[in-house]
Amino acid sequence: MTVEIETSQRRKLEVETAKVGASAIVRAVGVSKQVDTGHSKLTILDDVSFAIAEGEAVAIVGASGSGKTTLLGLLAGLDPPTSGQIIVDGVDLAALDEDGRAALRRRMVGFVFQSFQLLPALTALENVMLPMELSGVDNARELARDLLDRVGLTPRIEHYPRQLSGGEQQRVAIARAFSGPPRLLFADEPTGNLDSSTGEDIIDLMFDLNRERRTTLLLVTHDESLAARCGRRLGLAAGRLVSGDRT
Amino acid sequence: MATGPESHTPPGAPGRAEVARATAASASMKTAAPELSWRRGLALSWRLLLRDWRAGELRVLALGLVIAVTSLTSVALFADRVRQALSTEANQLLGADLVVIADHPIDNALSDEARKQGLNVLRTVRFPSMTMHAQSTQLTEIKAVEPGYPLKGRLSIDDGKQPLTKPVGGVPATGEVWGDDRLFTRLGVKVGDTLKLGDRSFTVTARLIEDPETSISFLNLGPRLLMNSSDLPSTGLIQTGSRVTYRLGVAGPMDAVKKFRGVAQARSSPGQRVEDVRDARPEIRSALERAEKFLSLSALLSVLLAAVAIALAARRYLTRHLDGCAIMRCLGASQALILRLHVQQFIALGAIASALGAALGFAGQAVLATLLQPVVGVQLPLPGIGPVLQGFGVGFVPLLGFAIPPLVALRRVPALRVLRRDLGVPDTAGIAGYLIGLAAFASLILWEAQDWQLGAYVLGGSIATMAVCALVTWLLLRAFTSSRRRAGFAWRFGLANLRRRPLATVTQVVALGVGIMALVLLTLVRSDLLASWKRSLPVDAPNRFLVSIQPDQVAPLAVFFREHGMQAPPVFPMVRGRLTAINGTPLSSARYADDRAKRLVEREFNLSWTQTMQPDNEILAGQWWSPAHSGKPMFSVEQGIAQTLGIRLGDRLTYEIAGNRLEGEVRSLRKVEWDSFRVNFFVVTPPGVLDAFPASYVTSFHLADDRSGLMDQLVQRFPNFLVIDVAAVLGQIQRMMDQVIRAVEFVFLFGLLAGGVVLFAAISATHDERVFDAAILRTLGATSRQMLSAHAAEFAAIGALAGLLAAIGASLLGWVVADRVLNVPYTFNPAVWASGLFGGTLGVLIAGLLGTRRVLRTPPMQIFRSA
Repeated sequence: MTVEIETSQRRKLEVETAKVGASAIVRAVGVSKQVDTGHSKLTILDDVSFAIAEGEAVAIVGASGSGKTTLLGLLAGLDPPTSGQIIVDGVDLAALDEDGRAALRRRMVGFVFQSFQLLPALTALENVMLPMELSGVDNARELARDLLDRVGLTPRIEHYPRQLSGGEQQRVAIARAFSGPPRLLFADEPTGNLDSSTGEDIIDLMFDLNRERRTTLLLVTHDESLAARCGRRLGLAAGRLVSGDRT
Repeated sequence: MATGPESHTPPGAPGRAEVARATAASASMKTAAPELSWRRGLALSWRLLLRDWRAGELRVLALGLVIAVTSLTSVALFADRVRQALSTEANQLLGADLVVIADHPIDNALSDEARKQGLNVLRTVRFPSMTMHAQSTQLTEIKAVEPGYPLKGRLSIDDGKQPLTKPVGGVPATGEVWGDDRLFTRLGVKVGDTLKLGDRSFTVTARLIEDPETSISFLNLGPRLLMNSSDLPSTGLIQTGSRVTYRLGVAGPMDAVKKFRGVAQARSSPGQRVEDVRDARPEIRSALERAEKFLSLSALLSVLLAAVAIALAARRYLTRHLDGCAIMRCLGASQALILRLHVQQFIALGAIASALGAALGFAGQAVLATLLQPVVGVQLPLPGIGPVLQGFGVGFVPLLGFAIPPLVALRRVPALRVLRRDLGVPDTAGIAGYLIGLAAFASLILWEAQDWQLGAYVLGGSIATMAVCALVTWLLLRAFTSSRRRAGFAWRFGLANLRRRPLATVTQVVALGVGIMALVLLTLVRSDLLASWKRSLPVDAPNRFLVSIQPDQVAPLAVFFREHGMQAPPVFPMVRGRLTAINGTPLSSARYADDRAKRLVEREFNLSWTQTMQPDNEILAGQWWSPAHSGKPMFSVEQGIAQTLGIRLGDRLTYEIAGNRLEGEVRSLRKVEWDSFRVNFFVVTPPGVLDAFPASYVTSFHLADDRSGLMDQLVQRFPNFLVIDVAAVLGQIQRMMDQVIRAVEFVFLFGLLAGGVVLFAAISATHDERVFDAAILRTLGATSRQMLSAHAAEFAAIGALAGLLAAIGASLLGWVVADRVLNVPYTFNPAVWASGLFGGTLGVLIAGLLGTRRVLRTPPMQIFRSA
């Protein structure tokens, strides 16, 4: 398949590529997302382009409704863009089917969600084991134990999500996210449901793991202090990329 | 520092190259390595199943499955045993499970075959012969039997020493004979006297009281005598040309009998036929079939309830797993893997729960049989394996039929749901999904019914009830929109809840509707039908037939009855004739493959005439005649015989009667209730057609047990009469009815249990949402009382609607089944409607409120945390 890219978009891409060098792990080229509201089309993302280098920590910031979470969903291949191209680890997501995108996530992506998204019927340990089990990893149990130990939850590994506090649930989610082990970690408002001190702990943990495992971190937040800890911030306003500061 | 694309110098071409590489890389990703081997996939499914079980996720579904399979298996097993017992009981009238009857000695190969199948085999020889005592002679029906006779039923004799039953297997010793009452009367013999039979003399050692075979044969001419087979050659009575009937009786396990029947039929030769009790007696056939239909109907309704319960539980399980699927997708599981993992889980769950249910069912029916043994009064044979397998299948079919379509839909759960909870759930599976579920349901019902007609009615009735429930609920939900402003808090909130989840509400009403319909059918309609059946054969049903009444004896017979304080029974004329042609084509037995058809063509049968139709007959096609048709040659033919011989309405039949030909058109086809024990004829004409032919008359009447002496006087007064005692057959059928009624009543208890599961599953279907709503209401300051009344309003509305519609469905289905399948009269019972409405409301209300008690006790925070 030949890919035709408009000159301006190509130019943007080239600029971004130049910035991050050949090591870009995620690229967005002229990405737009529109949804049909029944009466009219609503543009959530409008011609967004950027590139993220391997090992970077990038915050996507913006007001509520600016399109942050939508952008994260598109980058993770959870939803297709209306137009534009997303390339993850050199692979064009549009060229993959649902299962191909799932396979890509299995191979290299980890997730941390605002609402934790743990399976209620599984214990903390089993929640962490699940992605490894889905990949057919043999020693999933031991690896999951180690990860839970790393996030400080060894005494609670047999507890169900409903028996854990919000902070503890998010630690389980982080352990699960790092079980891959991922090269790319997506985090959607990871502290959104937590009080500020618990949130701080969670962020410290996430950044520590990020450093240890040389993961690329892409997080969506409206928390300025959190954004400040990332190496770069992509500002969104009304669906458009308004800034690409390096901090 | 603000950066923009324009502030950098473009480095050149790498972008395009990179994109091209990306595309190439994507192409290779499509064939990425398989995610999980089958072995690992199975192991993971198993672990996920155990985890779900431990977390309590599977309880409703597993409980539903186990109870459904248990109830069904025990009902089916028990019904099977009762069915077998009924057959076995009925076979006692025949003296065997199956007999091969021939006009020539039966080949040893056939008896060897029967033994090979593990059957007991016994030969008897019957023939008419003159017996002599002192100076009198009497034409007697001789039966020579081997030791072991009869294979089924019992022989009872009075040998003057102890008027008791001889144990089964006792037959006259060599040189001895047993004669019946008539022989004793006509020849004036007593126990101890000597009789001459052919070349030999025999000592009469007992009076024959009960002989299984004789109660069943209407063509029992003359007195009877029983002798030992080994004496037969010495009498010199069997010569070439003698009118001898050879019988080979077999008895043993049902399967073996069935197999042997096939072999015997395949090897049948001219003059040889195979008969079981049903072939021998239409009354028994009819009663047995009806009994089986009653049992099938009860078992069928249990299946219906079980299927609904399982479908509901499967649906709930899957709804609760939507989020899990989205997360798994996010974690990189492919759609196929998710489907595979769930299907494997369901198969494992289905296998375990069904096996457990089948085992419990087996135990349950054993308890049932032990409890019922004294009531039913028959030794119940061991159950077959069929119902166990069936119960196992009943667990699986609805589970997979109803779970797979939503499972397929689960594959389509957008992974984005993890970020956006508001994203809709895919419609469970669309039309195709419902069709698969419906097909599973239909195949289950038809399979269980084993009678396509009954199955089709129950299926049609259930589907119609479901459709009406769905439609009416949907219309009412729309109507509530405009009226709810005027209601109080409880009703407003309760009804708004129903309207807010229209699909769940419709599903609940449909499930409860079909569940309540099955329960109403099992309770009220069932007892109405059984009562009606029992009424069709009252205690004073005719138990004696008088045949060979001559025209000049009709009036004296009526006088005889009146003299003895009895009402003279109606007499019916009877002319013997042979059917020789249909539509001018001469008949020959070679034209028919069917044994019964061959026999019907070969022999003469009885025709009668009447102006008015017997009350237990029903015209199926054509018309009954009017007085104007008197003297016009036309026939009304019983549908069974018409079917066997291939006679259709409008065909021209030719009969040969006493050397004359009678030709006429088939004006109607009739259904005859053979188990009514009234005199009935296969072929009837209007008056004035057969009058010219030599006729005799026949009648039937009820003789009370304490008046059996009257028969001796009757025989003395009219020595030419042939008296047929059907008391044994009648008693058999009446006992059968009682047994079936009791069995069906017991089956009902299991139906109730399954109904309870439906109720529970239907209410749990919306439990999670209700828990969440309650937490919000609580947070907003609602009192327990307010919430309880809102729930009560919701449940009462659902229960009343489902109950009313179910009662209507049950009445209509009951009527159709009564009329078309069971052939018993049906009267609409207002109690059915009332109990449907009130029972439904109350039942759902109580079950619903009990189920939501916990909701009101759980602190809101706990609910929010686990949501």
